[in-house]
This record gives sequence, structure tokens and C-alpha cells, in this order.
Amino acid sequence: MAQENKSGLEVIPRDSAKIKKIWMTALILLVVTAVEFLLAFTMERGMFLYIIFIVLTIVKAKYIMMEFMHLGDEVKPLFYSIIVPLIFLIWLIIALFKEGSDIFLMRW
Amino acid sequence: MSSTAIEIQSKRGVWGGGNEPLKASYGKLMMWFFLLSDIFTFTAFLITYGAIRVSYPAYGGEAADFVSSNEYWPIPEMIFDAVPFVHGGHFPLVFVGLMTFILILSSVTMVLAVEAGHRNDKKDVVKWMLWTLLGGITFLSCQAWEWTHFIHGTDEGAMLTYVNSLGNVVSETVYGANLIVNEYGPAPFAQLFFFITGFHGFHVTIGVFLLFLAFYQAAVGVYENRGHYEMIEKIGLYWHFVDLVWVFVFTFFYLI
Repeated sequence: MAQENKSGLEVIPRDSAKIKKIWMTALILLVVTAVEFLLAFTMERGMFLYIIFIVLTIVKAKYIMMEFMHLGDEVKPLFYSIIVPLIFLIWLIIALFKEGSDIFLMRW
Repeated sequence: MSSTAIEIQSKRGVWGGGNEPLKASYGKLMMWFFLLSDIFTFTAFLITYGAIRVSYPAYGGEAADFVSSNEYWPIPEMIFDAVPFVHGGHFPLVFVGLMTFILILSSVTMVLAVEAGHRNDKKDVVKWMLWTLLGGITFLSCQAWEWTHFIHGTDEGAMLTYVNSLGNVVSETVYGANLIVNEYGPAPFAQLFFFITGFHGFHVTIGVFLLFLAFYQAAVGVYENRGHYEMIEKIGLYWHFVDLVWVFVFTFFYLI
């Protein structure tokens, strides 16, 4: 598909394999969301269900960051400088949930 | 011609300068590090939600018999059950599920625009940017409706005893939500709803402005004259991040 343009940028034709991969990722994301939606109404609420939800959410996050944001295609130092700082969040989760449950014990 | 030869030191490490160790442009790197800081902001909000939630009693009975009260934390699927044009219907999480689908799809059209940008294909970039823009505006409109419904509340309301803004203890039927009291659950439930979905919505709003800018500049040929479509890529990173945050908000606010 030739296109007229002033700057002489060459238009590279579509690579259907790449585009198919994008739509496949989209399908995975939508199916995982649909599964979460179904589980919310078919399973009993409780810690087990919450863990399933969190795992599925992290799966979705992985697909968005790796396939859509192309973080996987960046060089390793960049990849790790984005991923490694997230370790701090583990402590934040532990600290605040401990805090929250202690407030619960004091208040009720 | 000068005969002086300048010898370039060939034994320079990756970090010795004169090259791009991270193989990414300045703008793209800064976008990534901004997003990293934003990840911390949003996770702090969501963890705060969790911490405040566990500091309140959970609703103990069956989900089907759920009655909202400010004594315990509500079950989200019993709260977020309205859809537009159907008054008083019970369609748990349908509307918010639809919003999730819209945002994920607009993320997909964004990747397609980035992909077209790599190929210098102006026509495809403009087309996919327009779809992405449309998705973003649709999502924002859905959120506007969601907020309106949340603030105005249901026909029945809820009979609550609470401390009002004057410091008096009152017992009355409460409709909808504000920062002091809401018919759905304890006051922090509505406060966190406004704060977390509001901050996300603010990001989406900025995203829509950026998308429009990119769409316009691509359409008038700014990027073509510049010789590359990197701006689409940077704005794309931001837009995917907005989607990424929503995936977590959906899980922690609406599902759990």
C-alpha cells in the first residue's frame, strides 16, 4: 500500500502475524475478565476466591505490561529498574494490613 | 584534510558514556519512571482501601439477604448493581464489567496505533487513535453516570444512625453518598470510592487530552515531518497504564 508523503517516510506494509498476536492478547484479557466475572457469582466469597482473583489480576497485569507496553522487549537493566522497586510494595501490604486488623481489634 | 588522527578509546564500558545503555530515548525512559511513581501512588491507595476495609467488620450473612448499613463493610456486587435506562433493576457488576471491556478494547486499539506508528503508516495511526479516543471518552461518560448514580442513590435509601456535620447524632433515612455519610456502608467506603475511582478518572481525563493531541498531530502530519511516531508510543505507555490500574481497581474495589 503505497502512500504519498512529503518527508519520504517509507510505509512498511502490515505484518499480519504481529497484528494477530495483539488481538490474541486482547482475547486473553477479555476471557480472563469474563472468568473473574463468572467466579464472582458462582463461588462462595472467601479467602480462596480472593486469592484466585488476585492471581488472575496479576496474570492480566503481566499481559498488559509485557505485550501492550512491550516491557519484555526492553533491555534487561530497564526491565529490572521498573520491576525490582515493586518489592517495596510487599512490605507496604504487610504493614498496612497488620495496622488495619489491629485497629479492628481495638475498635470492635 | 587534517592528518591528525583521534584515537577513540574502544574499551569503554556500557555505562562509560557515548551510547544508550538502556536503548530507549529520554522521553520514553522518563515516561516509564513517571509510571513507576504512579504505580506506587495507586498501590498505596488500593492498599489503604484494604487496610481500612479490614478495620471494619465484614458482613456476616448470606449475600442474597444483604442489607446495607454503616455498621459493616458492604458487599460490592450488591452495591454496584445499576445499569443506565433500567430504573431500580438488579444487575450486579454488569455496568462496571462493560466499562472494563471498553477500557481494555481501547488499550488494544492503542497498541494497534503504536504498531502502525512503527510502520510509519499515517492512515492506520490516525484510524486507531480515533478508536482509542472514542473508547476513552466512552469510558469517561460511563464513569460520569456511575458517579451520578452513586451520589444520588437508590429509591429506598437506608435507615442509618450517624454523626452529622454539626456533630449531632441523628437517625434518618439516607439517600446516596457524600463524604460524611452514605447509604451503602461506613463513611470511608464512599470516601475511598470517590478518591480512588476519582483519581483514576482524572488520569483517564488527562489521557483523553493526550490522545486527542496525538490524534491531531498525527492527522496533520507533524509526526510524519518529524520522521518518527515515538510520541504515539509514549502516550501509548500512559494509556496502557491507565488500563492496568483499572484492572486492579476492578478486582479490589468491585470483585473482592
